[in-house]
Amino acid sequence: MKMLINVPETVVADALRGMAAAHPELTVDVENRVIVRRDAPVAGKVALVSGGGSGHEPLHGGFVGPGMLSAACPGEVFTSPVPDQMVRAAAAVDSGAGVLFVVKNYTGDVLNFDMAAELAADEGIQVAKVLVNDDVAVTDSLYTAGRRGTGGTLFVEKIAGAAADEGRSLEQVRSVAQQVNDSSRSFGVALGACTTPAKGSPTFDLPPGELELGVGIHGEPGRERRPMMTSGEIADFAVEAVLEDLDPRNPVLVLVNGMGATPLLELYGFNAEVQRVLTARGVSVARTLVGNYVTSLDMAGASVTLCEIDEELLRLWDAPVRTAGLRWGV
Amino acid sequence: MLDADFFRRWMTATAVSVGHEAERLTALDSPIGDADHGSNLRRGFNAVATAVEEEAPATPGTVLVLAGSRLISTVGGASGPLYGTLLRRTGKALGEAAEVSAEQFTDALRIGVDAVRALGGAAPGDKTMIDALVPAVDALAESFAAARTAAEQGALATTPLQARKGRASYLGERSIGHQDPGATSAALLIATLAETAGE
Repeated sequence: MKMLINVPETVVADALRGMAAAHPELTVDVENRVIVRRDAPVAGKVALVSGGGSGHEPLHGGFVGPGMLSAACPGEVFTSPVPDQMVRAAAAVDSGAGVLFVVKNYTGDVLNFDMAAELAADEGIQVAKVLVNDDVAVTDSLYTAGRRGTGGTLFVEKIAGAAADEGRSLEQVRSVAQQVNDSSRSFGVALGACTTPAKGSPTFDLPPGELELGVGIHGEPGRERRPMMTSGEIADFAVEAVLEDLDPRNPVLVLVNGMGATPLLELYGFNAEVQRVLTARGVSVARTLVGNYVTSLDMAGASVTLCEIDEELLRLWDAPVRTAGLRWGV
Repeated sequence: MLDADFFRRWMTATAVSVGHEAERLTALDSPIGDADHGSNLRRGFNAVATAVEEEAPATPGTVLVLAGSRLISTVGGASGPLYGTLLRRTGKALGEAAEVSAEQFTDALRIGVDAVRALGGAAPGDKTMIDALVPAVDALAESFAAARTAAEQGALATTPLQARKGRASYLGERSIGHQDPGATSAALLIATLAETAGE
């Protein structure tokens, strides 16, 4: 597999150097792998720190900036960052109002953020945590590591970031983040596997003419393989899977998310099908976001995330945001 | 008796062994994980080997605490905290003695393994590193060689299991039929322990 890289070992550092060059509004510590908004710490405001394995860009580094994250910690490709990064990030952004860790529910992320929370507390930083676990494809949570954090992470980071921007307390920001997570559900499909730089070949074999239903964002296979379906059939399947678990009485935010290698032309076409299913099911859509936001390297495919909202959450969603990956109202 | 030099040699030998086996570990991690177990552990144990050489900790306990801390700081993922905790807790349990007996080490390693179980929440049969470590500790009372054999058999025995912890658990029944990469690397760690002891 050809890749636009130098050597696999420096992929993350190279990307961080490029980010630093492109975004002077960010402080990028390439050596310690921490991306911080340049004006941090912001006096009196709760700070949001997230992080995770690299390969999901723009998540999380592309969501650092006013109205969203205060800092992000990129790990190796598909590997959780280490506690040292998170402690460094927390220390850089804490204004004294406390820090919320936004953690996707994967064993590695949870363990490392928990260790970091202990270390940060030792340094006198007040830390709270929200765990994002929106992926309905993981059904048997009792006998697995539990539901994964995927597209819902974007909703949590945006809305909690807006809440923090309003000057709310750490407990209030954590509570909003929890509410958004509890109201979000996702389902993803892959039309092709992804290739990690370290391995250089696809992480699983997907024959032509087949697709994986219920994939995560780490190149892991899904729960079920079927003969290839049309965009409309995939939308039926994915939206039904989400609605089996979420029965929205209120309007929803929709994220039609590309996994990395699916063109926007196809994603918009897929969104049309998603909206068709939602309309047929009587679900009212407040806002829709289409694009590559929570990706899985060069995986082909898409995920659908719905987040049931009230007027307050919609107001926070619409609030200004200025990051590399998400930007409006400013 | 086992002294600090023994534990430094164990860590250095593990770095060499993980380096040799990195591609196989990553290959095992492809069908049921995310294809990086070998490269992550290689990065971690290389850092451990450098640290124990440069800082030359003087007691068995401090060697393992340093090694565990380096793993936590360099590996990431679940493996970093889990292997880091294994070595740190084992090292702390060894206390400040300049030399420890094989029995003392066995007791300490059991404390380390229990800490890993508490942190990761895995039980034997969940298709994790625990499936190699628990039988290894049980067999360590007999000999290092017996521990090595028990760990290797434990790793092989993960193949028919369905994963209940970690990333492989997302696959449900599709995780059956693959040897667990974490149990395999745990067996490597025990194998280099036996090698270091000359068994």
